[in-house]
Amino acid sequence: MRIIYYLVLIVFCGLMFYAAAGLPNRGDPNAPMNLPKSRCGSTEAAHYYIQHAEKDAHTDNMVTVILADYRGYDTLGEETVIYTAGLICFLLLRKRKKEKAK
Amino acid sequence: MVDFILGHYAYWFTLALLVIGLYGMMMKKNLVKKLIGMTIFQVSIIIFFIASSVKWGATVPILDHGDIEKVHLGMTSAIETAKYINPLPHTLMLTAIVVGVATTGVAFGLVIMIYKRYKTLNETELLMRMKKEDDSDSNQ
Amino acid sequence: MIQKDTNPIVSLVSRVVSPFIMLYALYVIFHGHYSPGGGFQGGTMLAAAVLLVRLSAGTELAQLQFKKVWGTLLGSIGVLVYFGTGFTAMLLGGNFLHYETLPLSSDPAVARGWGILLVEIGVGIAVMGILVAIYDDLLEGEPL
Repeated sequence: MRIIYYLVLIVFCGLMFYAAAGLPNRGDPNAPMNLPKSRCGSTEAAHYYIQHAEKDAHTDNMVTVILADYRGYDTLGEETVIYTAGLICFLLLRKRKKEKAK
Repeated sequence: MVDFILGHYAYWFTLALLVIGLYGMMMKKNLVKKLIGMTIFQVSIIIFFIASSVKWGATVPILDHGDIEKVHLGMTSAIETAKYINPLPHTLMLTAIVVGVATTGVAFGLVIMIYKRYKTLNETELLMRMKKEDDSDSNQ
Repeated sequence: MIQKDTNPIVSLVSRVVSPFIMLYALYVIFHGHYSPGGGFQGGTMLAAAVLLVRLSAGTELAQLQFKKVWGTLLGSIGVLVYFGTGFTAMLLGGNFLHYETLPLSSDPAVARGWGILLVEIGVGIAVMGILVAIYDDLLEGEPL
């Protein structure tokens, strides 16, 4: 049974190695995600965000503008996730008060 | 060949972390060790995204004074975007880190409830006790 | 955790250092506009300041600093602040989370800046409350 586990690990490792070999070089300024225009002709997202962050939101930090303004809906969903996790721990683990005998 | 290795070695290191995490989740019998493997798996994905978002010759994604002056004068298209690294993976990984913390908290809560009920944290022992309880429930 | 005797150095230093960590965390939240930082980072540091006293002085003494019932309460208030900002923008006529319709400033770019600050404060409060609440729940559910 453990032979199958080891075989799965080796196959997974080989598959990920083959996939990582197809990625562009790390740090290449001409990689497809760093160019001004994407392959189909539209404006690339990072290029637009870097140029228009100060004009749209009067803020120097681009990461905060993306997190709270351009992609603010995703941040709301993520805050709901952490709130749900807190509620799950609350409901599972708090002790109940003993009911008084009538 | 050397160019290929120098451009891709960071991906192979995160692949090593990925395989260590998967080994811990599959092979270990203790429940807490499986959770540690899951945490290592999540962290390796975060490191992969952050390590692949750099640009040679670029600086942190905060606009400096010269570019702010350009925006106030109205010439936004004169900002060179090749001077700043890509800010999108950093934003997405902030979300991923917090989701990882929440998942780990809930997982440890569930481990505590399992121990309260079955009094063991070993996987084979746990499966045997669950089967015994199912058999005694169906025999009643 | 059951401890036999408390070390006076650890106890005194953690009690003195904890308000300074909270002050630095507030700095990180409010300077998310101009330097690396923001809501999540500052919220985690606030939770770390509370957990430091909880670990060094024990749970009963630490109730003097931050009571146990405030954990999920602060979490709910944080989510309410975030959702309320977006909902107020929708009630005043714009889309959901459209910060320009809020009456915070006349210039739309400055109004978006203030909207981002409100939202980050909400996120910081929520993360702090929830992280302290998870720690307290894991401690209370300890099987003995």
